[in-house]
Parts: sequence; C-alpha cells; structure tokens
Amino acid sequence: MSEFLFVVVPYVCLTTFVVGHLWRYRYDKFGWTTRSSQLYENRLLRIGSPLFHFGMLGVVGGHIIGLLVPESWTNAVGISERTYHVVAVVGGLISGVMTVVGMAILIYRRRTTGPVFSATTVMDKVMYAFLAAAITLGMWNTIAGSILTIGGEYNYRQGVSVWFRSFLAFQPNADLMANAPLGFQLHALVAFGLFAIWPFTRLVHVFSAPVGYVTRPYIVYRSRDDTRLGSHRPRRGWDRVG
Amino acid sequence: MRVMAQMAMVMNLDKCIGCHTCSVTCKQAWTNRSGTEYIWFNNVETRPGLGYPRTYEDQEKWQGGWELNSRGRMKLKAGGRFKNLMTIFSNPKLPSINEYYEPWTYDYATLTDAPAQAHTPVARPKSLISGNNMKIEWSANWDDDLGGSTATAHRDPMLKKIADKVKFEFEQTFMFYLPRICEHCLNPSCAASCPSGAIYKREEDGIVLVDQDKCRGWRKCVSGCPYKKVYFNHRTGKAEKCTFCFPRIEVGLPTVCAETCVGRLRYIGLILYDADKVLEAASQEDEQGLYEAQRDVFLDPSDPEVIREAERAGIARDWVDAAQRSPIYALINTYKVALPLHPEYRTMPMVWYIPPLSPVVDVVAETGEDAEDTGNLFAAIDALRIPVEYLAELFTAGDVAPVDAVLKKLGAMRCYMRDINMGRDPDGAIPAAVGMTEEEMYDMYRLLAIAKYDERYVIPPAHAEQAHSLEELSTECSVSDYGGGQQDVFGEGSGTPTPIAVENFQMLQARQTSDSLTGPENKGRRVNLLNWDGKGSPPGVFPPKGPDS
Repeated sequence: MSEFLFVVVPYVCLTTFVVGHLWRYRYDKFGWTTRSSQLYENRLLRIGSPLFHFGMLGVVGGHIIGLLVPESWTNAVGISERTYHVVAVVGGLISGVMTVVGMAILIYRRRTTGPVFSATTVMDKVMYAFLAAAITLGMWNTIAGSILTIGGEYNYRQGVSVWFRSFLAFQPNADLMANAPLGFQLHALVAFGLFAIWPFTRLVHVFSAPVGYVTRPYIVYRSRDDTRLGSHRPRRGWDRVG
Repeated sequence: MRVMAQMAMVMNLDKCIGCHTCSVTCKQAWTNRSGTEYIWFNNVETRPGLGYPRTYEDQEKWQGGWELNSRGRMKLKAGGRFKNLMTIFSNPKLPSINEYYEPWTYDYATLTDAPAQAHTPVARPKSLISGNNMKIEWSANWDDDLGGSTATAHRDPMLKKIADKVKFEFEQTFMFYLPRICEHCLNPSCAASCPSGAIYKREEDGIVLVDQDKCRGWRKCVSGCPYKKVYFNHRTGKAEKCTFCFPRIEVGLPTVCAETCVGRLRYIGLILYDADKVLEAASQEDEQGLYEAQRDVFLDPSDPEVIREAERAGIARDWVDAAQRSPIYALINTYKVALPLHPEYRTMPMVWYIPPLSPVVDVVAETGEDAEDTGNLFAAIDALRIPVEYLAELFTAGDVAPVDAVLKKLGAMRCYMRDINMGRDPDGAIPAAVGMTEEEMYDMYRLLAIAKYDERYVIPPAHAEQAHSLEELSTECSVSDYGGGQQDVFGEGSGTPTPIAVENFQMLQARQTSDSLTGPENKGRRVNLLNWDGKGSPPGVFPPKGPDS
C-alpha cells in the first residue's frame, strides 16, 4: 500500500505536472494568465492578495530548504538542531499565518463578490479545494507536530525530507514516508494531487514570474513576424517577393 | 543617427463634430467581444470634461507615464522596476471598472415575453459584469456636449490647473471634442511597465502592440499608460489596446477610425525619427520644452543624409518617398500647426492634434464683430485667455505661446482665404503676420481644407508580399485552418488564436480601391468552376483570343 501511495501516485502526479505544462504551453499560450479579478473588486484584494502571495513565497522557500537541504549539511556548517528548529518554526509560522489569512480573505471575496464568483470556473473551485487542504494540513503539521508535539516528536528532516530526495533521485524509499505521522502523509498526498491538476488551472501563472523584467531594457522592439503573415505558413516553393 | 519609421496620426480638432462614428466603427471592428464591452480603443471626449476613464489625466492620482528622478534620469512615475514587481499581486493604481463604467445591456426579452399587464413592460438595464439589474450612473461619454458638466466639470484635472480664472457659467462656456486613440508613443511607458515584456514597439512602423500569447495579465500596463489606453479584458485576463489597425496599415489602408471619419479630420502618414535622440529629448528638464524637443527628434525626409541613413537602416525607398509626402510631417514640422497631447508625460506621443480655433471664433461671432477679420481674431486670441490656456494645458504642458502661434496661423488662413474666395486681392500681409509666405499659406489651406483621400492618408504598404498571395485563395483550402482543435477548454478565448490573415486584407484593399463593384480590375476575374455549366467562355478562364480566330 505504501508503495502505491508514496511511489506510484507521486510519480504519476509528477508526470502529469511536467507533461501537462509542456502541453498547455504548446497548446494554450493565450490562456496562460493570472485571470486577475482586480477590475471587479479591489478593496479586499488589496489586502488579501499580497498577504497570500508573499506568505506563499515564504512557504515555498521554507519547503525548498526543509526538503532539499540534508540535515548533515546544516550540521556541517555548525547550525545546531535546536537553532534550525526555532528558525524553521518561526519562519514557517509567520509565512503560514500570512498565507492562511490571505487565503481566507481571498476565498471570502471570491464567494461573496458577485462578479468574481461568476467568473470562477469549475477548475478554479477544484484547485481552491486542493490548495486550501494542502495549506491547512501544512499549518496543522507545523502547529501540532512541531510546537504542541501532539503524537510525539517527529523530525521530518530524517523522514519526509529524505524520502522526497530519494523520490527526486528516482530511488524512492516508501518506508520513510509510511512511518511518518498521518498529517505529513496527508499533506504530501494532497500536495501531489495539487501538482497533478496544476497545469490545468490558473496556477500556471507561477511559472511566468517575471524575473526577467529586472534586467531587460524598458522598451521592447520587435520585428513583424514574416513567417506568420497569412493564416498559415506558405508551402514550400512560395517565396517572398520584394 | 539611427533612423526609424513611425506611423503617426494628426487630428484637426476644428473639424470634429463629435459624432462618435470613429468610436462606433472601431468598436465594431475590434472590441465587440465578451470582456471588452467597456473598452473603447477610440473614444471622443467633450472638453472640458472628465474624460474616459474619469480624470485619467490626474497623474498625481494615477501615476502613469514617466518622470525625472533627482539625477535627471527617466523613471516610471509609478516607481522603479523593483517596486513594480513588489506591487504585482495587487496593482495599487489600477482604475476600477467604475472609473470606466459598468457595461450593461437591456433585458429586451421582457418586452415580448411579459404577460398582459396594466403598464407597458420596460427593458431594464442589466449589468454585463454581474448580470444583475443596475442603475446606470456613468458611461464612457456621460458628460457628452457638456451634459451635466455643471456638476462634474470642476473635477476635470486640466481645468483645475487654471481654476482660479474659470467660472463655469453658461454664458462663458466653451467646448470642443477630443477624439483619442492609443498614442503609439516613441517612449511607451506601458511597454516599460510590462513585467512580461509582452508589449512591444514594431521596428518597421512603430506601432505598439500587445503580444496576446506573452501577456500574463499583470495589469501593469493599464496603470503605466498615462492616457489609460491599455485595457484589461476581464474575460480572457489579457491586456488589449488600439492596434492602429495594423493589418489595414500593412496593405496601405487607413485605420478604421480614420476611414470612417465623417469630418475627414484625420491624417495618417510616416515620420522618420532619430531613435538615438528619443531618450535625451524625453529627459528634457523643462516640461514646456518637451514639445520642441520632440519635434527635433523628427528627421527631414528630404535631407540627403537622412535618406542615406534610412537606406542603411533598411527602410525601403518607397517608404522614404511616402515620408516625404507625409501630411504628418507637413503639419508638425513644416506648418507647425499640430501639437502633441500631454507631452509632459514624457512618452513622446505620436498622435498629434491641431487645436481648435472654434471656441475663439464663436465668441467673436457672438459679439457681432466680423469673426474672419484678422485684427478681430488676433485680438480675440490674445484676449480670450481661458480657452487658450486650457488648450495649452492639453497640448504644451501649459505653455501658451505655441498654442497662440497655431491659432493665429489658423485664423490668418481663414482671413487670407476669404479674400481669395470673395474674389478680392489676397493680402500678403496676413501670412506675413504669422511668419508664412502666401504660397505656404495656400498649401496649408489645401492640406487642411481640401486634401483628398490620397493626400490625407499616405500609407506605404508593408513589404510583406508573398508570391502565394498573388493567387489569393485559389490555390489553398482555407477551411483547414479554422475550427480545428478544441476551443475554450480553459475559459473564454483560450486555445490557439484565429490568425489575422493578410490575404483577407489584401482582398479588402483591392475591393476598396478598385473602380468596379465586383472585383479588382487589374486581375483576371475569378470564376467559380463549380457553378460553371460548361457553356460559353466566362472571362478569365481562357486566354484572350487572337485577332485571326
């Protein structure tokens, strides 16, 4: 069972994630957008959206450090288990609370503002369900697992993180995950579910984070695309004239 | 010197009667889709008035365009790159839909479906945003013809600047119309604000376009444009803007707004400019010097050195010829009667305006004096400071001198031409008073008053000729390109785009410019062989018979 849940399912989800994005980018560049609803409603969005997004950046950063950096590395640099734990919990708590509050505001706004609600697609609702579940479970793991230590101490850096790295290295070790607390197991499964639907939702906008803006020249010049003049490319043998 | 070509427009405001034909035809052509109901690529504002969206000219509030930083360098008024990215999750300066207007339709079905009742059924307005009943309280043209302006016009940002002198009383009002499209700026702040780099300026003709495949809907262009001429399509989640009707321009046709303009007040032509000097000119410290600075960026297309450099830059010879015949260059640089709209935004706009003389003429005529007497007109231009100062706020960052000079030229032209039309001897002193020769004045009159289609629109076709298109559609199956694949899986308008086919516009151009109704004269008639019953010989099927047969 654990083989299925923590090896097969994650790989299927990851494949959907990668192939889905490639397919969506090829097929639907025009639909690749944030689908902003700021035009409809601004008062709540102004608070909720930055809270959620900046909180999320912190959460993602925390996950990258927690999952990808092995414990031996931080030990080698001389960061004690205790220090790491405090920093992680404090950082996680701050970004987590920002994310949860932001998300609550955004979901409330989406449900109660007429135009925003009517612009919500089925895919959006499914995505919100997965996202909200993943965030809630993650928050629970932080608070219940790390602060209140309900159900005993669990060092995810020796369990979940090692499993995740083995998973990425294509040498998955399902036992590590099977021994983790239920909260972590559920969190991982819901997160992989989210990854699976990711390419088919508005979440694709994450991958168009405009980092290139910082270095590109202000004004972009482009030449007319002469290969796309007509409704399709001319066949071989039809040359340009002039 | 780096020569670049720019397609530009000049509008003669004296001729605008405010009929909104340009807006309507533009809307029919470009923004009659779902999500674009509130979007007018072309709109006509009554000035004084709030404009569309409301008070868009108040840059202290909307933070559009550029400004100079403490070191005299150009900087986006809304903030630098970092601040731009930090505010990406919620654009603090995005106008809400209410600043434009909430689009609506009417519940027409009630008119026919309603059961028998004591009162006539009414088609109630329904919001196109929420679908609910709504109360119509604002629209793109709410203050048309100064309607309700006693209540709203004091909020006109341009009027506020000269507020101490203006009393908005009925007897003292003046008004004129201001048709607006995208300015296709030389230094576009919308493009500079776009985090994705989706907005670009075309190298060939300077038209500013949004790449719909690269736009990610960050909405920064909407707030970055000081003219608020980039719009957010709330259904597709992409920015859209005036395209200068590029598929028409490419085949030598004027834009839809220009083509359908009843007053024939629009001129379209090429301007050659020195791209190396744009930034320096836009960084001019004195706002009132920006008009002259921008004029200096434009190159004289008759100058042999410019022609040589243009050739080196790969600009085709017929484009240089068109630039020499350009009505835009003549109005801006030869006669100096066209002025840019809000040069103080430092975007180097490329749709210019000939300011209206009519507010002044109307006042003179009302006094019973001869409104076409040079002395009276010149005195009135000097005396009627309020309309002139208002025009200066729009076109020269508040500098009255250039507006004065233009109005005096227009006034002098009227007086000079009246003598000719009345059969009297023309008075050479009139053009001389505004620094022109009689010949120049007459040429300017021809361009402003009677220029025909070919003189108003000098548009060289883009060099996009394809041997294939000489055959038009006869050698291919056009059906195969449309309707393929699944559409709209991810919401409205998703999926592969339906391309704009250059073939269609070439046929449109041929149809529009031919003398016959049915087909282009210079091409063999096309015959539908499926309908041909084999009898006779329809024209175009067989080569012409020799004289002996």
